[in-house]
Amino acid sequence: METKSKIRILIAKPGLDGHDKGAKVVALALRDAGMEVIYSGLHQTLDQIIQSAVQESVDVIGLSIMSGAHLPICQKLMAMMREKGLAHAKLTVGGVIPHQDIPKLKEIGVAAVFPGGTSFEDIINGINRLFE
Amino acid sequence: MLDIKDILAGNQNAGAGMIRLVEDRDPLAHELLKRLYPHAGRAFIIGITGSPGVGKSSLIDGLIAEFRGLNKRVAVIACDPSSPVTGGAILGDRLRMQRHAADEGVFIRSMASRGEKGGLSRAAKDAVLVLDAMGYPIIIIETAGAGQTEVDVADIAHSVGIVTIPGTGDGIQAIKAGILETGDVFIVNKSDRPDSEAAVFELNMMLGLRPPSKDVWKPLVLQTQALDGTGVRELARVFLSHFDFLRQEGRLEKKQIKMESRYFQSLVRDLALEKIMAALETSKGYQDAFKKIRLRGTDPVTAAESVMDTIRVLNNDTKYHC
Ligand SMILES: Nc1nc2c(ncn2[C@@H]2O[C@H](COP(=O)(O)OP(=O)(O)OP(=O)(O)O)[C@@H](O)[C@H]2O)c(=O)[nH]1
Ligand SMILES: [Mg+2]
Repeated sequence: METKSKIRILIAKPGLDGHDKGAKVVALALRDAGMEVIYSGLHQTLDQIIQSAVQESVDVIGLSIMSGAHLPICQKLMAMMREKGLAHAKLTVGGVIPHQDIPKLKEIGVAAVFPGGTSFEDIINGINRLFE
Repeated sequence: MLDIKDILAGNQNAGAGMIRLVEDRDPLAHELLKRLYPHAGRAFIIGITGSPGVGKSSLIDGLIAEFRGLNKRVAVIACDPSSPVTGGAILGDRLRMQRHAADEGVFIRSMASRGEKGGLSRAAKDAVLVLDAMGYPIIIIETAGAGQTEVDVADIAHSVGIVTIPGTGDGIQAIKAGILETGDVFIVNKSDRPDSEAAVFELNMMLGLRPPSKDVWKPLVLQTQALDGTGVRELARVFLSHFDFLRQEGRLEKKQIKMESRYFQSLVRDLALEKIMAALETSKGYQDAFKKIRLRGTDPVTAAESVMDTIRVLNNDTKYHC
């Protein structure tokens, strides 16, 4: 039997911020790059995100955060990922992320950061690179 | 490392990891499936099928709530097509069921078709086996089949719900075209829209053409509005009463045998085809016959028959000679 793996990614928007147009467009771009994208929508609690990531056996959790709360959210989620047997999965975050926060996010354990304005190509390459 | 005991204990990480192996066609998957197999066969499996966008996921969201209300754990396999061009997929069914995401008694798994023809892949069938072995008493499969492809959901599910919506003659046409026989429950969803009664009437008329028999489940037509939940409790009840019906007088056993024998046959057919073709294509008889066709010395059908004549299947052995 031939193995045929794909990158599986959960796209989620934690918290209460507004719309999900951006996240949807990114989801389409990732699909066109050959990934399997599980789109879980707006207003996700961290528990929902973790449970979904477990059940969907994803390789990547891609958060979209516009609220400015990316640091505490990522910190909490990284801890939950370790606790819930998701240590093998990568966390990435996009949205409104000030550049000075990128090193802090990396330190927390976030595998890749895509601040607003990052091109689709860079996002796709950035995710693919995590699995080389 | 995956431990079979964790899967059997219902551990979601272990179950999800196993399903991933299955869909990646990892060589380890077969080994583990072999050991899970004796523990499966207890779940009630419901198939929900129908054209894209008719409201399958929204209905399943409501069914999960109903079954959870009866304190039953529920697992869902939601299938979506992979893009034939890029191999990628948007798996959007979970979105409609996400209110159940943090409920420990619910397991929702999206699966892409990954190039398999038909509404369902073998991986989906194996995933159902994993969820069954994990101990979920109810497993729901969502598959959007176009035309005839959804027929095979009946090979996996004990009870098949076919979803359509009012005002789409083509939805009902599709049902007429071949899946009328496989439906146990017909659901006219979005019945908030006009012409819902007409759709129910038409379906009932078509179903009325089936000869009545006391030993055969009489399919029902229901109207639902998945968004506000109208009719969903009734739908859940009908699925459960179909299950009760099957459990009487050995019907479930009979159905199980039919499903298993069809699946077994398809597996053997695939393997046989693969093996025999691999041997034939390199055989002298095959090459010679093809040469003859090229020279117009014979026609393709005669040549194909002559190749088949070179196969001698031994009665008590699986060997064949070319
Ligand atoms: N008016 C109305 N809209 C509905 C109803 N049920 C579902 N919808 C809407 O129909 C759309 C499709 O619903 P889904 O549940 O995603 O349908 P689906 O059959 O799972 O779709 P695919 O998985 O893409 O084939 C959504 O926008 C729903 O909100 C209903 O009873 N009435
Ligand atoms: Mg759906």
